[in-house]
Amino acid sequence: MKILLRHLVPLLRPYRKQIVLATLALLVITAAQLVLPEILRLVVDRGLVQKDTGFLAAAGLVILVVGVVRAVVFFWQRFLSAWIAQQVAFDLRNRLYDHIQRLPFSFHDRSQTGQLISRCIEDVSSMNEFMANGLFEVAQIVILIAGITVLLFNTHWQLAVIAMLPMIPLLLITTRFGSRISALFLRIDQAMGTLSARLQENVTGAQVVRAFAREPYEIDRFDDANRRLYETRVEAFAEFARVFPTTHLLVTLGTIAILWIGGLLVFRDELTIGQLVAFNAYLLLMATPAQQLTWVVNQAGEAVAGLQRIFEILETEPHIADPPEARPVPVLTGRVEFRNVSFRYDGVREYALSGIDFTAEPDQVIALIGATGSGKTSLVNLISRFYDVAEGAVLVDGLDVRELALTGLRSQIGIVLQTSLLFSDSIAENIAFGRFEASDEEIVAAAVAAQADDFIRQLPEGYSTIVGERGITLSGGQRQRVAIARALLLDPRILILDDSTSSVDMQTEHQLQLALARLMEGRTTFVIAHRLTTVKRADLILVLDCGRIVQRGRHEALVAQQGLYREIYDLQLRDQEEFIEKSEVIAGSARNDF
Amino acid sequence: MTTEARPFLRKTTDPPPYVLSDEILHKGYDPYVVRRYGEFLAPFKWPLIWSIILMMISSVMVVAGPYLLQYAIDEGLTQDRPDVLVRAVVLYTAAAGIQWLTTYVRILMMIRVGQGVIFDLRRQIFEHLQALSLSFYSRYSVGRVMSRAINDVGVARRFITWVMLATFRELFTLVGILIAMLFLNLRLSLLVFTVLPLMLWATSYFRAKSRTNYRNVRAANSWVNSVLAENINGVRVVQAFTREDRNFGYFREHVNGHNLNMNLRAQRLAAMFMPVADLLSSIATALVIWVGSSLVLDDQLTAGVLVAFVLYIERFFGPIRNLSQRFDNFQSTMAGGERIFDLLDRAIDVKDADDAVAMPPIRGAVEFDRVSFHYEDDPEIVLREIDLVVPAGSTLALVGETGAGKSTIVKLVSRFHDPTDGAVRIDGIDLRTVTQASLRRQMGIVLQDPFLFAGTVRENIRFGRLEAADAEIEAAARAVGAHDFIVGLQEGYETQVAEGGVMLSGGQRQLVSFARALLADPHILILDEATSSVDTQTEVQIQAALAKLLKGRTAFVIAHRLSTIVNADRIAVIAGGRIVELGAHRELLENDGGYARLYRMGFEE
Repeated sequence: MKILLRHLVPLLRPYRKQIVLATLALLVITAAQLVLPEILRLVVDRGLVQKDTGFLAAAGLVILVVGVVRAVVFFWQRFLSAWIAQQVAFDLRNRLYDHIQRLPFSFHDRSQTGQLISRCIEDVSSMNEFMANGLFEVAQIVILIAGITVLLFNTHWQLAVIAMLPMIPLLLITTRFGSRISALFLRIDQAMGTLSARLQENVTGAQVVRAFAREPYEIDRFDDANRRLYETRVEAFAEFARVFPTTHLLVTLGTIAILWIGGLLVFRDELTIGQLVAFNAYLLLMATPAQQLTWVVNQAGEAVAGLQRIFEILETEPHIADPPEARPVPVLTGRVEFRNVSFRYDGVREYALSGIDFTAEPDQVIALIGATGSGKTSLVNLISRFYDVAEGAVLVDGLDVRELALTGLRSQIGIVLQTSLLFSDSIAENIAFGRFEASDEEIVAAAVAAQADDFIRQLPEGYSTIVGERGITLSGGQRQRVAIARALLLDPRILILDDSTSSVDMQTEHQLQLALARLMEGRTTFVIAHRLTTVKRADLILVLDCGRIVQRGRHEALVAQQGLYREIYDLQLRDQEEFIEKSEVIAGSARNDF
Repeated sequence: MTTEARPFLRKTTDPPPYVLSDEILHKGYDPYVVRRYGEFLAPFKWPLIWSIILMMISSVMVVAGPYLLQYAIDEGLTQDRPDVLVRAVVLYTAAAGIQWLTTYVRILMMIRVGQGVIFDLRRQIFEHLQALSLSFYSRYSVGRVMSRAINDVGVARRFITWVMLATFRELFTLVGILIAMLFLNLRLSLLVFTVLPLMLWATSYFRAKSRTNYRNVRAANSWVNSVLAENINGVRVVQAFTREDRNFGYFREHVNGHNLNMNLRAQRLAAMFMPVADLLSSIATALVIWVGSSLVLDDQLTAGVLVAFVLYIERFFGPIRNLSQRFDNFQSTMAGGERIFDLLDRAIDVKDADDAVAMPPIRGAVEFDRVSFHYEDDPEIVLREIDLVVPAGSTLALVGETGAGKSTIVKLVSRFHDPTDGAVRIDGIDLRTVTQASLRRQMGIVLQDPFLFAGTVRENIRFGRLEAADAEIEAAARAVGAHDFIVGLQEGYETQVAEGGVMLSGGQRQLVSFARALLADPHILILDEATSSVDTQTEVQIQAALAKLLKGRTAFVIAHRLSTIVNADRIAVIAGGRIVELGAHRELLENDGGYARLYRMGFEE
């Protein structure tokens, strides 16, 4: 409850005016609701018993007028509360979206996409539901019960005490139900989560499941999750089945008690029949809200749980953010310096990088070589400040990246990775991803330079073709060329590049090599290198092993030394060289035959 | 060609068409869908019938309340007869007790019915998904499958558990109150009915309007959903290209803003319905009091009947109001059912023959006998009359451009598809005559995307052979060179490897999937671009493991990297669904055909 207030009050503050109006409307509706049984009482006691025809006509008119007023106010009350709830949901989704996209890589390394989405969608909507219905319903129930209590006590206090008696067990049952049901809902959520995770995994890995003939095993696993969900739901609703009819029973018992004792009072002329009827009508008015209390308690439980999860995200500080007095970043020359840098990932004991120390001069090509997990990717991620170093410093043009405005820094760094992620937008928008104000001509120019123009023009809608998950599927090579165009259009001073282009056929690879070479011209380039040509072209090769630089220098020097570079060269790179030579010999001899 | 071309399509401010694609405006009642739901409800026939009976009883008890009240006033209080009052009290108490009991038992029963139907439905969907071939998955996205099994089934669950019986109850209550009103006083009843046409008109007007409204709301929601999903998935690219401000502006102004507008529009209308219904019931009440009280004054009506009548009006309009909501529920259940049963009705194109036998232990001779293949719903020929013999224990490399048909060939070997013409045989046995499980259990398949399941590294390797001992798992990991990095992980073999767990690099994941394949000890091994997504240094490591893995097994290798290809016994060059060249590396180079050309291009600088 405290959590609810702490988070809810600031969320609602901008809508004070609407809340006041909605609450006023609520009071009017409740008053109208309370007036009706009173009119009914007067109809019986004054109209019918005393045969006052004028009064009866007036009563009908009053009912009509009250009905009209209530309808109008009721509409506004409902619309305002829905409006407030929608605004708050809108605000919450905006905040979540913006916060999540600014949280650093280290946060995203740990979190699951599905869960983040469920924060933004489900938790926000259970919040929305509670605010639109639950919150005002609670208010209405409280006002109604208070009003009815006053009226009942005014009419006949002894009878009122009896009428109110069932409310005590009712409240007790409801509160106890509230705490139990929220625990059960949590378990349902978990069971549902397991079920959908297993399904999603099975469908995503359909080919692997078939390849290993694991269908029966998977069916068992799913059955297990399915059964657990079944049991949890049945258990939760069994609880509901006990409470729901019971609350109704309690209210009905109150009515019966009134009829009985009230009836006896009528016999003794201590109560009029009209009063008894009104008494009953009031109690019936409470029946529905009292039952709804069970639902509301339910909703509140869900909303609180959701709100807690939402604020868990919103209160995660992005520890990589612009420093308080961020320097505007000048146009960089592209000098990058690592000063004795160490780095480790959150929650991992071992250092991913240690003692990294080197300088890349403007326009140089730096090749990074090393096995999987040796730290190549970690190293380049520090330049864009996707992570912060543990020790040492990364400097760009002599400025520590931690002192620079993030946008200024990152907008001058272009990145082309092996798996090129495109978004479900047009090709043009994807190429202009980093510089969205680029003109169509600039986009085409970048595509031409990236060897992508030809295939793009052959697509059904050319540059306006939607790609990605919901559009046309591009091949790996095509995606990569679009990614290269994207980086080219940015015209970055520093380029980070993974030159592995293996998931394409050889013809495409040839085109890609041309595009990459064009991309690297005139910028400081860090390349996670897989090919001999890149390595040979590099001004500085850094050989990484277990997070350390074990060798550095140019190809000619390194290949002459004993060491890891030589090993890699022998195992892999030389292979490539020999192929080139041999194929040239064969190709040459083939030509000679003509 | 005109020089003045249309500007390129950039970000749109309207929801893209795909968010509406799963949203068919629905006609409502569909006998086929109802019959299919009926099949799932059939096992629960008795609990259902009992629930309906119980519900009728409790509805009678609800109607009995005002009636007993009227009885107590008219016969007891005004006639000064305490015994009638006591009788009414006793009866009322009994009615309340019966109502409590019947409601309790009914909810318990219906939960089991609703959950049971949904349990069966989900189980059938899942089992059907296991039986469908890969051609299905290439056309039906993961998101759609999830939405069928989670959302559409969820709608059906709510309908079966709550709405179905509630609809019965409301109809029953409505009829009950109608009878009670007619029985109490015909003239007053007819008076109340004069409001009904208005009520019906209002209901159908609101329903029609709100249907389009909620359709727009759902579309807006799924737009928000997909934009969110994409941006969270691509958050690293977003940050790398400093797109945060632009993305946020777009999301706030268009995606989320559109969502807000659609919701508000729907809410404005929804907020109107209840007040209008209430107003109509107030009008009815006023009419009854005007006319009724003059009847009372003329002694044609008792005060008790008038009071009961006023109370009935309130209960009469409630069910009508609710029924309109029920109808919306019914419609979305129908729409969901149509999608669910469309999925369940998808034909299983690759299935075990009725007389299928278990595949005997494979020696490994694979033969393609004039094999052609095209997808069922796409007449374009993927493979044309492939004749190919792969001797036991030899390695065949497949090269060719994307889409040439390489993957299809290996998918036919593992019988992910059946050939349209011709036959694929292993050791002379036509694959269509053996069970899929017995065949695949003897094959190992490593794919380009090394898919790992949520679970520990150990569990993922064990997936290859469920009964394998821990020592065997480690031996397999050692053999492919994965052991070292695994023990270097924080929890070793017990490290969790799902999304959000420890990040394994592509190469490491691939090594795990190699260990998984090796553990299965397959007689035929298929590597479908298995080394494409790993870096060269890791590939060197894998090459060593591969030599071990390929020894003594028949192998099909699809790769783009030459180093992987050249060591194969033979290389088949595939183009346009045919084998255009076949032979050892050296032979093909000497032929100076397409292979030699491809090969040179790969290394031209």
